[in-house]
Amino acid sequence: MSKHLTYEEAKKFAYYGLKLLAVLTVIEVIISLFGKGHLGWKEAYYLDWVHYICGGLIVILSLYKAYFIVFNFMHLGTETKTLIRTVLWPMTLLLFAIIAFIWEGAYWNDARSYILQQDELPSERVVPDINVDPQADQTKIIE
Amino acid sequence: MAEKLLAEVTEDHTMTEDWSGGKPPMKASFGKLMMWYFLVSDAFTFCGFLVAYGALRMSVPTWPVPDFVFQSFPGGFTGLPLIFVTVMSFVLIISSVTMVRAVQEGKRENRKGVVFWLLMTILGGFTFLACQAYEWTNLIAVEHMTIFENPFGTHTVDGVYLNADGTDGESFRAGDSYLVHKVDGEWDFKEFRITSGEDAGKIALTQLGPQTFGSLFFCITGFHGFHVSIGVFLLILTCINAASGLYDRKKTQYETVEKVGLYWHFVDLVWVFVFLVFYLL
Repeated sequence: MSKHLTYEEAKKFAYYGLKLLAVLTVIEVIISLFGKGHLGWKEAYYLDWVHYICGGLIVILSLYKAYFIVFNFMHLGTETKTLIRTVLWPMTLLLFAIIAFIWEGAYWNDARSYILQQDELPSERVVPDINVDPQADQTKIIE
Repeated sequence: MAEKLLAEVTEDHTMTEDWSGGKPPMKASFGKLMMWYFLVSDAFTFCGFLVAYGALRMSVPTWPVPDFVFQSFPGGFTGLPLIFVTVMSFVLIISSVTMVRAVQEGKRENRKGVVFWLLMTILGGFTFLACQAYEWTNLIAVEHMTIFENPFGTHTVDGVYLNADGTDGESFRAGDSYLVHKVDGEWDFKEFRITSGEDAGKIALTQLGPQTFGSLFFCITGFHGFHVSIGVFLLILTCINAASGLYDRKKTQYETVEKVGLYWHFVDLVWVFVFLVFYLL
């Protein structure tokens, strides 16, 4: 992008970037505070759907900020197509990692609460047979 | 078809010319290319950290609320959720833009301009590190968070705190945050009566919050702060070199400024995501 810009235009563009990033950050913080019930509507903090909507909006804004920094401040946009692809395509692996590990984390949570429930239930337990002497077994094998 | 293509390629010698050296691959200089691939690998490292944060956060029923944890401001102010970290974000954004200006001046081969804007960027880096030092000091010395213990908790049930004489005190709802204080070096857990769910009526004590919160916070922001420190160090070196006129004499001119700039923008980029994951969500 900045390849075709004159020095004056590039200078202006840098300050435009400053304004854009600052405004986006302020919007993000406002959305986050609203979702946590700080801006008037206190009940928002206890509602899950508010968190999902606010979280989604903040993630989209952050991704746009990241795109802006990489393509305009780091000039990835003016590099060759091959370079852009070698940098960006590996990032799709991260998409998989994020989904997989968040899923896994939620499963750990479920497993933990399941174990807690099981511990509280009065039920027949499969306990190891304490009458078997492991020492005796070993001597048998050696003989 | 294939034979024809092969013949064409051998005829105009572009293949041999491209790979016989002297020409930078992908029209980017070797140094810039390697900086890009270093940044890709570094992005994976940071993503590993943040993914671990996500997985561990999902694996426990409650998690400290960032608005409650990060609400202090220098000068003894408190109850200002996220204001201080927003200031930190602004510091990094501004230093990123001053870096853009330094690179632009470098392209014009304006030595004075490069040195001035690099100095501004260094100032921004130091300001950010100072902010982080304040944040860490506040968490460690005042609120007693360590990598092993995290005093920030969130209630999973509704309840009423009990006063010392057994009467009802303040009431709270499930999801409300609390901070366990230290009294004479010992954790001072508060007694409360549960008023919701199966255990309603029982007396319970507040507990320390999820342990991993502290270690994740200090590891991730510490790793980012480490990157900022390295960046400031590189910026100082580049600034001295630029001021000495080294880049005017060099064949590659002010390309070093551009490469350090790439690194510095990456530090800002990582902060966008640390800010998102740790403070906003």
